[in-house]
Amino acid sequence: MNSFVCPAPIGLNDTVLLGHGSGGKLSADLTRDVFLAAFQNPILARMDDQAIVSINGMRLAFTTDTFVVKPLFFPGGDIGSLAVHGTVNDLAMGGAQPLFLSAAFIIEEGLPMETLRAVVTSLQRAAAAAGVQVVTGDTKVVEKGSGDGLFINTSGIGVVPEGIQLSASQARPGDRVLLSGAIGEHGIAILAKREGLEFESELASDSAALHTLVAEMLGASHDIRCLRDPTRGGVSSTLNEIAAQSRVGVEIDERAIPLREEVKGACEMLGLDPLYVANEGKLIAIVAPDAADPVLDAMRRHPLGGQAQIIGSVTAAHPGMVTMRTLVGPSRIVDMLAGDQLPRIC
Amino acid sequence: MCLAVPGKILEAEERDGNRVAKVQFGGITRQAFLTFVPEAEVGDYVLVHVGFAISRIDAEEARRTFEMLESMGAIAEELGADA
Amino acid sequence: MKYIDEYRDERIVRSLAARIARLATRSWNLMEICGGQTHTIMRYGLHELLPPAINLVHGPGCPVCVTPLEVVDKAIEIASRSDVTFMSYGDMLRVPGSSRDLFRVKAAGGDVRIVYSPMEAVKLARAMPQRQVVFFSIGFETTAPPNAMAVWEARRTGLDNFSMLVSHVLVPPALRLLLTSPGNQVQGLIAPGHVCSVMGYWEYEEICREFHIPIVVGGFEPADLMEAVSMLVAKLESGRAEVENQYVRSVCREGNLPAQRLMREVFRVCGRKWRGIGLIPESGLCLRDEFAAYDAEKIFEVSGVTADEPSECISALVLQGRKRPTDCPAFGVRCRPETPMGAPMVSAEGACAAYYRYRRGRAPEATA
Repeated sequence: MNSFVCPAPIGLNDTVLLGHGSGGKLSADLTRDVFLAAFQNPILARMDDQAIVSINGMRLAFTTDTFVVKPLFFPGGDIGSLAVHGTVNDLAMGGAQPLFLSAAFIIEEGLPMETLRAVVTSLQRAAAAAGVQVVTGDTKVVEKGSGDGLFINTSGIGVVPEGIQLSASQARPGDRVLLSGAIGEHGIAILAKREGLEFESELASDSAALHTLVAEMLGASHDIRCLRDPTRGGVSSTLNEIAAQSRVGVEIDERAIPLREEVKGACEMLGLDPLYVANEGKLIAIVAPDAADPVLDAMRRHPLGGQAQIIGSVTAAHPGMVTMRTLVGPSRIVDMLAGDQLPRIC
Repeated sequence: MCLAVPGKILEAEERDGNRVAKVQFGGITRQAFLTFVPEAEVGDYVLVHVGFAISRIDAEEARRTFEMLESMGAIAEELGADA
Repeated sequence: MKYIDEYRDERIVRSLAARIARLATRSWNLMEICGGQTHTIMRYGLHELLPPAINLVHGPGCPVCVTPLEVVDKAIEIASRSDVTFMSYGDMLRVPGSSRDLFRVKAAGGDVRIVYSPMEAVKLARAMPQRQVVFFSIGFETTAPPNAMAVWEARRTGLDNFSMLVSHVLVPPALRLLLTSPGNQVQGLIAPGHVCSVMGYWEYEEICREFHIPIVVGGFEPADLMEAVSMLVAKLESGRAEVENQYVRSVCREGNLPAQRLMREVFRVCGRKWRGIGLIPESGLCLRDEFAAYDAEKIFEVSGVTADEPSECISALVLQGRKRPTDCPAFGVRCRPETPMGAPMVSAEGACAAYYRYRRGRAPEATA
């Protein structure tokens, strides 16, 4: 069973590669060259995790996400709960209160009914816990061999309160970069399940709905420029996206980044950099300098933000680039990967 | 080349004609073959590369040389000698 | 993590940098041989802690980078067969062959899988007797004993659907070539600590005598590399051409004898082409005739595959430390991690990739 996804291509692409879905440079290229080129409108062009649309004076956040995780069940969750958390989080990153979800299932012929029921039960539980309702949906069944067992697409809408304006294009020099907790848990948990790594204490995915954490943060201050959840491509991709969209530099400090021993051990063993590993229950906040401490305090009081840290700041230097002060002093660039990170032996 | 990570042997046994160990790396454990370090025992640290222990960490040598580095670092700090 | 964290201590690293700055009275060109050491230097920015007098040159110790183009093409040809399950370490999957890489083979429907250990490939072969399982056996001396175990185990347990495509390389012959090439300016070497964990460092004593060049066997954490540089500079400043071991916690002079024994039983020394460099006699390992039944090159009849390397790629000169990645006209322009022209840009520890990812081509700034 192969677990790894795609690489860097050689030259121009005439076919879609797995790397186009990895969240790194190839994904960005595909989005720009194929999708943005076709769907030209100012809302989409903002390229945030959600679209904020105005209807009769009310601002709604609208988003969609498709979940293709393998294995379907993993410590800390499954494709069902992930499908809820992922979409709720995209809405929350826009400052919205999530309200309604759709859930569309693409099922491979032969999937055990018990598996489907388990996923749906989990999805419902996650939705109920997050205070959202699944109000519409769809089902398609594809021939055996055409899918990976099960794919789920969820779309969501929520209401954005007055005065909340969040976007990855709003970061300004002097702003602080906040991270809500330890990184790399989801990616490593998935990898461990697929590859049979054992953990001393079980390492679970951090998959969680972040909207109540966001509400606490917005309650502490409205001077939050941007919220993003670092999913595929990790913290590195998210920070690079913000740097590019705001045309600023970002500097972070390696010493400030929370990391669990299990994730660290797994990354050392596999030659992986935690900055590139997926998270599903963490967020990055860019906040105005004076707002940093109150927002941090609010995060730490919330169960999902107990290990929150200020990990860096926004700078006018090196716009579009993210740098990191390493453990031993000097700085180095935190690049955006082309495709997925691969384990290495060298 | 040669990503090799130090880990602690928690358990060791003969399995299907090979000596294998459960090795702890930070917060995780993984199996490694002890084929090339027959002298390694439970409690020892070994350097693991592609699922094989390639050397046994000499704890005494490591401690001795590290203490030298540490004291040099401490002296440098006291004297304010910064890079 | 023990034996890792303490070697990433900032105070220790800075005090070593200060010591180096005090020791160096003139400029020195030092080469770290191993790609993993290059990776550490770039990833922690160690070159910025060194005084401008110390010039670090990156050597050919990246087995991925030096795997010949035609071997990658052979791998691709074998992996493209519908009856083959091709298993490889992750490092090799993105290396460009003449027209594709192994990942594209996978995208096109080939059964290409990543393994973390050669024994996984053996285990999988046992579990799928109807498939031809081929393991891509690459690496320096560090990886040779584990890779040898795979074929040893296959023979021991009577597997008849397992074979290996072997492309192993040895460090000392490459070093000799490098040190004899015109234009070589390397004055001191940091020897690869994990290769030496297996092979010991007695071979480097011969090189030291032959070329009157000091060599320090170095580890892979920031404190290890800084200490190794410090030891080398001390020898250079006092004119002592000798070999010393910095990586004492893992390396001893004779190396790992059981590992060496198995290597000799399974492999024999042979000539090998190094990508970007050419044929270096007695610089590689091939399967012994007794293991011919497990030699994928023979089984799949790909011995005749040859390839020409793109002329714009200067990886030969980069691998020998004679040019920096930033000297290459294609660097960062036509040759980037997402569109690599040569292996040093693809491999995680190739010099070009390291420069691109961590430094984006900025000239070394010493802030020591």
